[in-house]
Parts: sequence; structure tokens; C-alpha cells
Amino acid sequence: MPALISHAEFSKEFYLFLCPILFTIGAVGLMIRKNMIVMLMCIELMLNAVNLLMVSFANFFGQGDAHIFVFFIIVVAAAEATVGLSIILMAFRNLRSIDVDMFKKLKN
Amino acid sequence: MTYELISYILGGLTIGSALMVILSSHPVRSVMYLVITFFFISGHMVLMNAQFLAIVNIIVYAGAIMVLFLFVLMLLNLNKESEPRMPFAAQMAAIIAGGILLLVLLAALAESVLPPTRETSKQIAEIQNEGLVQNLGQLLFSKYIVAFEVSSILFLAAMVGAVLLAKREKQNTEEI
Repeated sequence: MPALISHAEFSKEFYLFLCPILFTIGAVGLMIRKNMIVMLMCIELMLNAVNLLMVSFANFFGQGDAHIFVFFIIVVAAAEATVGLSIILMAFRNLRSIDVDMFKKLKN
Repeated sequence: MTYELISYILGGLTIGSALMVILSSHPVRSVMYLVITFFFISGHMVLMNAQFLAIVNIIVYAGAIMVLFLFVLMLLNLNKESEPRMPFAAQMAAIIAGGILLLVLLAALAESVLPPTRETSKQIAEIQNEGLVQNLGQLLFSKYIVAFEVSSILFLAAMVGAVLLAKREKQNTEEI
């Protein structure tokens, strides 16, 4: 099967700016939202920004190993999302809220 | 040149939809914008000859994880009044902290040493094939076979943990 894109090289330094911006958007979202589910989604966004940077570096250096690494990041993210969501479900069942500040009730 | 233009337009759209994820007040809308963001990121991956990862990204993220998020949101039955809000000062502090983080990341990456662009057709042919399923499968099942098997154990642990956490306990059913 031939490659889908049969172009030569195009400037990919642009991704060195795009990926940190996406990562920062995820980090800021984690800080300004109090909804636990949206916070988990921001973590997914940060993971995906790192994946994109990893793929662009793989393209710079021509190494297939980085693709495998991204694959494992996706695997870990899937496991993390299931466990995180079940923790949120349990917290909602006990506290009747998805405000992340409700977790301070866990003290005592 | 055309590919550069496509990547710039896709990049702008990605940043816009990512901003909408954190700015939209309704969680369901956030999920939808996140799905769109993941599609755009898959588009970037196709542009960089990572076809397998682009497809996996769509299947796993947009297809499985986001549907799981949507499912939990529907299960919780939230409305706009129950949406918790952060005080304005804390939001401003978060944005300033994020700006400083961005500055540090950009300063770190600006110093990165990149290899010269490949010119010969042989090198270009090599880089075009690296993201295809054949090459990745050969790498995954020879060099990284141990990590692959360990990830199956990770999934088993995550599955057991999720079932155990989400299981309704007896005393809770009486309260609700």
C-alpha cells in the first residue's frame, strides 16, 4: 500500500508552536473549570497535544519507534479515562455533585 | 506550499475548537468540541505520514473515550444551574499561570536542534512508509513485544478497577 500523502517535505517547525499552545489550553482548562468531567477532558487534550508533538518529531527524525510510543500513550489514556470516569461516578453518587471542591469532604 | 497552507488552516481550527472546549459552559458542548479537536489532530497526523495513528486516534479517542464521556454526562443528568463556577480572580490567575507555562515550553522547544530537511528521493520514500501498519506492526511485535503484553495486563487492571469502583455498595442504595 503506498503512502497516502506523496509529498516531499514541508516546514513542520509550525508544530513546535501549535503543540505547546494546545497543551497550555488544556492546562488552563484544568485550572479554570470546576466540573470534574471537563477537567478529565482537559487532561485528554493535553495528552493529545503531546501525541501530536511526538508524531511531528517522529517525522523530523524518521524513526518509527516514536509511533509505537504514541500508541502506548493512547493505551494508557484509555485506561486512565475509564478509571477516572468510574471515580467521578462514585463521587457523584455519594456527594450529588461533580464540583471538584466537593472532594474536600473526603477529609475526616 | 499547499501542504503548509493546509497545516496552518488545520492548526488554527484546532486551536479554536480547543479553546471552545474550555470556554463553553455546557459540558455536552465541551465533549462535542473535543471530538472535533481530535478529528483535526488526526488530520495533522495524516499530513505527517502517521496514517495508522490517525485512524487509531479517531477510533479510540473520538469513538470510544468521548462516547464514554458523553454516556457518563447523560447518566449524571446535569443542567446549567448545577455547573460549578470558578471566581473571576482565580480564573485570571490561571490564565496568567498558563501564559507563563506557554512561554517556558516555547522557549524550551525553540532551542531544539532539528535535522536538515531530507532531499533525496530515497530518504523521502523511507519517511513515507514509516507510519504504515506494516512497519509499525513489525516493530510492535518484535522490539516492543514485552511492552505490548504488559499493556494488556494494564487494561485488565483498569477494567477490574473500573468495575469495582462503579459498583453500587449496599449502604449507598439505602440512602438514595
